[in-house]
Amino acid sequence: MTSPLEQKKIKIAGPSVVTANRTWDGIVVYRTAAKSWSADLSEAAIVRNSDEAKALLAESVADDVGAIGPYIAPVQVGADGKIEPGNLREQIRRTGVTIGQPVQV
Amino acid sequence: MYAYDEIDRTLVNERVSEFRDQVKRRLSGELTEDEFKILRLQNGVYLQLHAYMFRVAIPYGTLASNQLRALAHVARKYDRGYGHFTTRQNIQFNWIKLAELPDALADLAEVGIHAMQTSGNNMRNVTSDQWAGVAPGEIEDPRIWSELIRQHTTLHPEFSFLPRKFKIAITASDHDRAAIKIHDIGLKLIKNEKGETGFEVLVGGGLGRTPFIGKTIKHFVHGRDILSYIEAILRVYNQYGRRDNIYKARIKILVHELGIEKFSREVEEEWQHIRNSSLQIDDEVIEDIRSRFAYPSYEKLPHNPDQLRQAAADPDFEAWRKNSVAPHKVQGYSIVTISLKPIGAPPGDATAEQMDALADLADRYSFGEIRVGHEQNLALPHVAKRDLPALWKALDKLGLATPNVNLITDIIACPGLDYCSLANARSIPIAQELTRRFANHELANLIGRLHINISGCINACGHHHVGHIGILGVEKNGEEVYQITIGGRADESAALGNLIGPGVKFDEVADVVEDIVEAYLALRERPEELFMDTVKRLGVEPFKERVYATR
Repeated sequence: MTSPLEQKKIKIAGPSVVTANRTWDGIVVYRTAAKSWSADLSEAAIVRNSDEAKALLAESVADDVGAIGPYIAPVQVGADGKIEPGNLREQIRRTGVTIGQPVQV
Repeated sequence: MYAYDEIDRTLVNERVSEFRDQVKRRLSGELTEDEFKILRLQNGVYLQLHAYMFRVAIPYGTLASNQLRALAHVARKYDRGYGHFTTRQNIQFNWIKLAELPDALADLAEVGIHAMQTSGNNMRNVTSDQWAGVAPGEIEDPRIWSELIRQHTTLHPEFSFLPRKFKIAITASDHDRAAIKIHDIGLKLIKNEKGETGFEVLVGGGLGRTPFIGKTIKHFVHGRDILSYIEAILRVYNQYGRRDNIYKARIKILVHELGIEKFSREVEEEWQHIRNSSLQIDDEVIEDIRSRFAYPSYEKLPHNPDQLRQAAADPDFEAWRKNSVAPHKVQGYSIVTISLKPIGAPPGDATAEQMDALADLADRYSFGEIRVGHEQNLALPHVAKRDLPALWKALDKLGLATPNVNLITDIIACPGLDYCSLANARSIPIAQELTRRFANHELANLIGRLHINISGCINACGHHHVGHIGILGVEKNGEEVYQITIGGRADESAALGNLIGPGVKFDEVADVVEDIVEAYLALRERPEELFMDTVKRLGVEPFKERVYATR
């Protein structure tokens, strides 16, 4: 999966969200339409073109205290409106490591 | 063990207070992430996929039992109950909260542990042979010199804002367990014809996007001159190193582009300006450092005690002993490598319970000392041979007696896409599947010494370039694809592996490795011919043919 750290241009091929890590504890969060952050992907604001993506990212970057490292990530939106991560990297960020952890949590 | 003095303790404690204030200002919004990032990196704090990752230094791989307990405490109190030992003698915690980091650092500071020099563009944690001070035949304990360099470089302003990170490794044995040839500077302790202690100095080694094996820049630098010589190298690097392109900023690129002859001339010229300065080390300084390394009071013990002879009847004990126990410089003692590579588990991980229990075993059987090796295993450096059977039983109960050290399941793997924000592909599941495929000890033993190294991206934290079999995960059209190399090695004969052909998919990697191993078993001339010897004799082609004939 291409690291978003290597994202140079904002070019989206389908529905996308802005994701980041919450500043105080580092957990994965998504930018919501209410200009806030949520740990629940279903609450993420969906953008569908570059202009929308740029605007959502700019707003997210401005909230530097709330979350760090925001970037645009692809998602899939089902017919029922359910949002799923658009690639393996984002799937892992959402559901956790694909391996058993030495200590179950 | 090395005893820190008041200066060390003050420095570490002041650093905790400083970082506590920085975190407070970050969380209040007084510091932006851009301003804070360099500060957190100077304290070992990265941002990974799921959370912050906290990397703690274990200078030259030496831990006291109370320090290992402190790491267990951090794992339990601030993280998810386990830690991950890395390929540079550090430990990482994967789920740490920024708001709690100052407390974690304060708890570690109580036992002299910190996170300085574990990240950022500075001089990193100096690494060494995990058998330092106990390996038979070594010139002298390389940790004395590692500690000297640690003291000189910690928070040194000239080394704190380098073009890129900078790594030094030191060995004092002919067999290189510290992988010095893949470091920015590699130091090998030697004696000259007058019997004086000094170093063969190598420069420009490194893996990552553009791998190079280090080159000898000077065949002998007297011990008293080593700081000035290192500083001369750093000054040339600081002056000419590329700061405009992160991919070309490591010293290996500079050495390659200038050529070792021109680079060494530049260093020599710089060195002549500073070698007779205050950087020249008095013998008293070395003796002072030496005196603060406490060595055990060894007993006079038999070479082959009754307990060992009796235990030899147990084939499980013998299987473990043959792969995990190495000769010690003192008769009657052994060095015990503890595999952190149980079948089916992530390489290098240890739970808080295992760390606590191991600390107790170190107190009981190894004078309270533990070592960390770059292969992501631990070691107990001073175990009486009479205690080996009892130690083995205790380790077995902890899941730490897998008899696979140096065998095909003793895999080095980076955290990969399961944890790392830079990764393109997963590493750990590949390692897990390979350990399951070769779980049969008789098969692994039949194969013999074979190192598999796996990285989840080109940054090569899993040292794939120097694996006997190297596996590099990349991304192609949204899928994980793995490139396979063979013939790499990280020891005194360090070499980069050769690509055998096109990349293969995630589900095919273990099959490909099985094909390579089957080809080796069919091609080797005798059972004693190791995988690397067969590759050296025949090259890549027969393995390539075997792997791709049906793909």
